[in-house]
Amino acid sequence: MSRKVLVLGEVRDGSLRNVSFEAIAAAKTVAEGGEVVGVLAGEAVSALGAELISYGADRVVVVEDAKLSKYTSDGFSQALLAVIDQEQPEGLVFGHTALGKDLSPRIAAKLSSGLVSDATAVEAAGGNIVFTRPIYSGKAFEKKVVTDGLIFATVRPNNIAPLEKDESRSGEVSSLSVEIKDLRAIIKEVVRKAAEGVDLSEAKVVISGGRGVKSADGFKPLKELADVLGGAVGASRGACDAEYCDYSLQIGQTGKVVTPDLYIACGISGAIQHLAGMSNSKVIVAINKDPEANIFKVADYGIVGDLFEVVPMLTEEFKKLKVHQ
Amino acid sequence: MNIYVLMKRTFDTEEKIALSGGRINEDGAEFIINPYDEYAIEEAIQVRDANCGEVTVISVGNEEAEKQLRTALAMGADKAVLINTEDDVENGDQFTTAKILAEYLKDKEADLILGGNVAIDGGSGQVGPRVAELLRIPYVTTITKLEIDGSDVTVTRDVEGDSEIIETSLPLLVTAQQGLNEPRYPSLPGIMKAKKKPLEELELDDLDLDEDDVEAKTKTIEIYLPPKKEAGKVLSGELSDQVKELVNLLHTEAKVI
Ligand SMILES: Cc1cc2nc3c(=O)[nH]c(=O)nc-3n(C[C@H](O)[C@H](O)[C@H](O)COP(=O)(O)OP(=O)(O)OC[C@H]3O[C@@H](n4cnc5c(N)ncnc54)[C@H](O)[C@@H]3O)c2cc1C
Ligand SMILES: Cc1cc2nc3c(=O)[nH]c(=O)nc-3n(C[C@H](O)[C@H](O)[C@H](O)COP(=O)(O)OP(=O)(O)OC[C@H]3O[C@@H](n4cnc5c(N)ncnc54)[C@H](O)[C@@H]3O)c2cc1C
Repeated sequence: MSRKVLVLGEVRDGSLRNVSFEAIAAAKTVAEGGEVVGVLAGEAVSALGAELISYGADRVVVVEDAKLSKYTSDGFSQALLAVIDQEQPEGLVFGHTALGKDLSPRIAAKLSSGLVSDATAVEAAGGNIVFTRPIYSGKAFEKKVVTDGLIFATVRPNNIAPLEKDESRSGEVSSLSVEIKDLRAIIKEVVRKAAEGVDLSEAKVVISGGRGVKSADGFKPLKELADVLGGAVGASRGACDAEYCDYSLQIGQTGKVVTPDLYIACGISGAIQHLAGMSNSKVIVAINKDPEANIFKVADYGIVGDLFEVVPMLTEEFKKLKVHQ
Repeated sequence: MNIYVLMKRTFDTEEKIALSGGRINEDGAEFIINPYDEYAIEEAIQVRDANCGEVTVISVGNEEAEKQLRTALAMGADKAVLINTEDDVENGDQFTTAKILAEYLKDKEADLILGGNVAIDGGSGQVGPRVAELLRIPYVTTITKLEIDGSDVTVTRDVEGDSEIIETSLPLLVTAQQGLNEPRYPSLPGIMKAKKKPLEELELDDLDLDEDDVEAKTKTIEIYLPPKKEAGKVLSGELSDQVKELVNLLHTEAKVI
């Protein structure tokens, strides 16, 4: 059964986020040969339509309004619902990002539809679209199907491979004018705290520090290593509770769940709540001075030693490797 | 001020997950208040103490959730409501839970509703925004600060590490992010008092809902555990050699760099 599926293209700092291309790939599976329509909402975003098409969208609908310059659930839900009303899709895919998490349940409630959040895989099997998603923060997984109505899902960044970019693809980019009415919650100010550069949930490499890092300054060598590898810095709750870093870096059952290609845990003991957030990473490296630390039980490679010695050495070695590449 | 908290009973974070008969095995497991809901309860109590009013904690579940509701009362909430679905609903999802909660809340004239931003078991983060939409009130998710002045509200929202300062007004639904506050432990007098506080138990009938009204829109067809991670290689030798070996392994064996 082929379906028309809408995909929200998420814009951050003027560019499309990778997860939107991953969402297009997921939407292709849901569409089973039907049309995949990209949706953009923002102030001046129509120029990004072509990129959605090069990643597999058949066409793009754009809603532009000054009131959409920053994400608000009131503004974006009005825009999205207008597009949904025009297009009458059978499927809907968003990224499972701060924006997607905030917006998708509201749209689902409005449409009285189901919603499969945080899917890490999607397949067409036995006449159904089957989503895989982590439960218990990755301690288990479930496979889910939609039994009634719209097939609506959000996809976790970094898990579903995007289609190859093909700039020769063409498609229509049309605009829909929507009158954005009152916003009941207004963003007065955005305080940038997140480290410049790579987003933790989308990073291919995560360098994480625990209580063993001992101070806010202790995170510096980790940041240097992350920079060399184009990665992001994360933390255990131990490090956050000790105020070495912001809670937004926390990885684990009550923090972020990450699945990078490479996770390097520095001075982290490996409590079950921490493991829940990172143990599905592709390759795990542990650096800890205690050979008995639990983290070694899930690590692919371990070094028993002082992180303040090991991490700078690693940074130097990786620098050499990068030079040779 | 009329304050409501949405609370889910969940597995203790210390628990390992095991399956039996294709389902999560709950035998002998410890249960707790969903950690994010603890922040919501704490915040509700603080808002009440600063503005007067009453805090009611609501949970949709079975009678086992009474224990966590009593804990919330012991922390300082005034009333608890259990909407017991045990006999009525077999398969539920987030649509189900949100619909039931909204049906209960629709005539309560809540000024402020607080929930967790996500339940650490189901993990969807849907219930809060769904309830707000069904009640047609604004919501702000993943908040780390809440300031109320009359009916004006200023909230700080965590957005992937950045903070947004948002102005909005009551009635409002917010969902708690870590860092919002330090949830208190129930005190001994608190625990004694909690025994006498009202804990109302309702069923779907009491909300004029049929099983059909809340029928799930999604279905779980399989649950499985991830492949067990085997302990790998702990390197040995001179530290500088270990570092070289590690870089080499990541490059040539694991091929992640
Ligand atoms: C409800 C609940 C939710 C939780 N959620 C989370 C969560 O989401 N994420 C999370 O991480 N935790 C969470 N926790 C906390 C968790 O139980 C642990 O307390 C926490 O993960 C410990 O952090 P840590 O490993 O940094 O600290 P510790 O356990 O103190 O470990 C520090 C490690 O550093 C090593 N070390 C010290 N100095 C050095 C050095 N110089 N070089 C190398 N190694 C060194 C030590 O050997 C030790 O292994 C939660 C707990 C509860 C109760
Ligand atoms: C009658 C019924 C039958 C169910 N049957 C099944 C089933 O067969 N299979 C299955 O996998 N799951 C079942 N569930 C569980 C359901 O799918 C979800 O676990 C639940 O709706 C919450 O979703 P979540 O865990 O993603 O929470 P989230 O949306 O992540 O929770 C966010 C916040 O919403 C609030 N909240 C969430 N749940 C509740 C609650 N129950 N009461 C009060 N506040 C809450 C809390 O503040 C929480 O922090 C059933 C639930 C009900 C009510």
